[in-house]
Amino acid sequence: MRKTLLSIFVVFLIGLSGCASKQASTVESSKKVVVWHWLTDRQDTFLELAKMYKEKTGVDVVFELYAPSDIYSQKVRAAAQTDTLPDIYGILAEKKDFSSFIKAGHVANLTSYMEQNNNEWKDAFFIKALEVNIFESGNEFGVTPGIYGAPLDVMNIQMLYNKSLFKKAGLDPENPPATWEEFLEAGNKLKAAGIRGMVSGWGEIWLIGCFAYDYAFNIMGEDKVIATLRGDVPYTDPDWVTVFRLFEDMRDNNLLASGIVTMVNKVAEQAFANERAAFGFNGSWGVNVYYGMNPNLDYGVMLPPAYSSKYPMRVLGGPGGSFMVNNKSSNREKAIEFLRWFTSKNQQAYLAKETRNLPANKESLSVIPPILSHFADDMDGTYHWNNLPVVEKPQVTEMFSKGIQAIIIGEKTPEEVASEVQALKERL
Amino acid sequence: MNKAEVRHIATNYIFILPAVALFALFWLYPFLKLFQLSVFEWDGILPWNQAVFVKFRHFRDLLRDLSWWQSMRQAGFITLIALTFQNALALALALACDKGIRAARAYRMIYFLPPVLAGIVVGLIWNWIFNPFDYGLLNYWLTRIGLGHLARAWLSEPKTALICVAIIHCWRGFGWGFIILLAGLQSIPRELYEAARIDGANAWESFKRVTIPLMVPVFVIVIILTILGTMQIYDIIIATTQGGPHFHTEVPITRMLAALRGSSRFGYASAMGIVFGLILFVVSIVHIKVSQLVKQE
Repeated sequence: MRKTLLSIFVVFLIGLSGCASKQASTVESSKKVVVWHWLTDRQDTFLELAKMYKEKTGVDVVFELYAPSDIYSQKVRAAAQTDTLPDIYGILAEKKDFSSFIKAGHVANLTSYMEQNNNEWKDAFFIKALEVNIFESGNEFGVTPGIYGAPLDVMNIQMLYNKSLFKKAGLDPENPPATWEEFLEAGNKLKAAGIRGMVSGWGEIWLIGCFAYDYAFNIMGEDKVIATLRGDVPYTDPDWVTVFRLFEDMRDNNLLASGIVTMVNKVAEQAFANERAAFGFNGSWGVNVYYGMNPNLDYGVMLPPAYSSKYPMRVLGGPGGSFMVNNKSSNREKAIEFLRWFTSKNQQAYLAKETRNLPANKESLSVIPPILSHFADDMDGTYHWNNLPVVEKPQVTEMFSKGIQAIIIGEKTPEEVASEVQALKERL
Repeated sequence: MNKAEVRHIATNYIFILPAVALFALFWLYPFLKLFQLSVFEWDGILPWNQAVFVKFRHFRDLLRDLSWWQSMRQAGFITLIALTFQNALALALALACDKGIRAARAYRMIYFLPPVLAGIVVGLIWNWIFNPFDYGLLNYWLTRIGLGHLARAWLSEPKTALICVAIIHCWRGFGWGFIILLAGLQSIPRELYEAARIDGANAWESFKRVTIPLMVPVFVIVIILTILGTMQIYDIIIATTQGGPHFHTEVPITRMLAALRGSSRFGYASAMGIVFGLILFVVSIVHIKVSQLVKQE
């Protein structure tokens, strides 16, 4: 009897200890560098680079892919809670959440490594790519100033147009619309030719917000945008109402494809690649996506047509993805060494060539296809929400973008949306 | 109590200890943790000791959160459609199969196919059907039969988006009701129908006086499962509308996900979970009580 009881107890204890065991990747971390990422289209190239690194240094690097990105994001958060993060990982979150990872001790400060040998590593990057990973002194999150990640690539979001469909509609493919009026006129010409206007993933609210912010910078300038985020300028300001009204203009001038308010970006990318719409509002990552779907697609890249000449047209841009080093990893130094190698000129050039993305390392630009050069040319004028000194509350951002959807479907006026967004901001 | 009795009782307790421990670990602890989370402000990343105690602020905010109550109403609307059309269809098909129509076994398999498909797959199928472009199946056929003026962006217009989501949910869900109702119908002794026929009852009277009273417990199960399953709908919405346009297809679970993933408000999402759970609990209890009263009558 005693033996039976003892056996039950031992089995039970083994069961419980199994529940509490840490993840294999952490236990075995001393032998290899483990990298978690969400970039499905880059996995093969990452594996190739890992093979090269193994040949060069003898260090094993294991790339573990977790997709889609929201699942990956949840995995990283859960791992942070249980201290089972890998040696290298990416954080897909707003700057506030990024700062929480740092304050919880999960991210290594790379400043001293970046600044070695006269800023050798740091200066290799486009500053716009690195900015998102930098916390300046006196930052609103209370994070120790420093550089907390290395960018893998850069991106910006612009307007793409189909040259063949332009020709069919009687538009000049070499001179796409440069002003708001020309843009609206193009919408009507396209409609007359039976061609859909613009597709974009505006069902995913961040992309619709991005379009609105591009025009907010153009209409009122950066200072006023920041003042709004600080709460010094209300969203009911005439400039913001003008931003909201642009969506009404686009709708009324047949520029928006039917169903755009619930369209996910994957569907929008398919529609543009299959020549079902003349315009696409999409990021530089789309070059690789379109190539995969329709290698013969003839298209051009342009900045969204300016509404005002008062301020320059700016587009959202920054790192496409960044890797952080786990500060608690026993492999910290090995991981940093790998990351330095991974983001250096030759590896970045290889990555850019194989995956048709803009490299974060500015010394690797020579290998990119011509269409990507257009995106690269406008990199310096980009902005990024995470680089602004103040960040808007997510609830307000959601109301802002969903409000624009309501304008497009004709349910609310720009003034009503502006009032609702402002009322929510004041309440929070 | 002598030593042998103590040992006997202790032995019993030790035998149930693993089950109790697992229950406590995987059910009781998360359940209590949810209550704890709901009174704290926490982003899910910082160590727990940095979470801020906010008392019942999240519950107070929830009362004023219009998008939350809109999502409750919309989930209620889909549930109403499921309770009526979906279950009526399930009952009609179950009755047909119970009457021994030809190829009843094949129908059973076909009807049970949609429920075994993942919500995301169902969403993709219906995205293609409702697609506003020329390759959308519904718009294509409307145009072919001369009703092109009815073609529209079904999932993007406020008047049609929620109804379309409800249709997709019913298509996916009626198989469950069908299987349960068919099992219930087949458990009714055939002699009762024969006796009713001998007494002069026609098909409608047999259905009213034999089938319905004996099926009440099955109806209760189907209705409760429909309410609980439909109120918790979310995967179809993620795959089709993402809660849009505006907030027109938001449901409670998508709001919770927005609070968790969109803005890292674990405490607020937990408060939503508690309120939502309580509402479902109350609805289920009320329904069971009403059903008991109906059965007694």
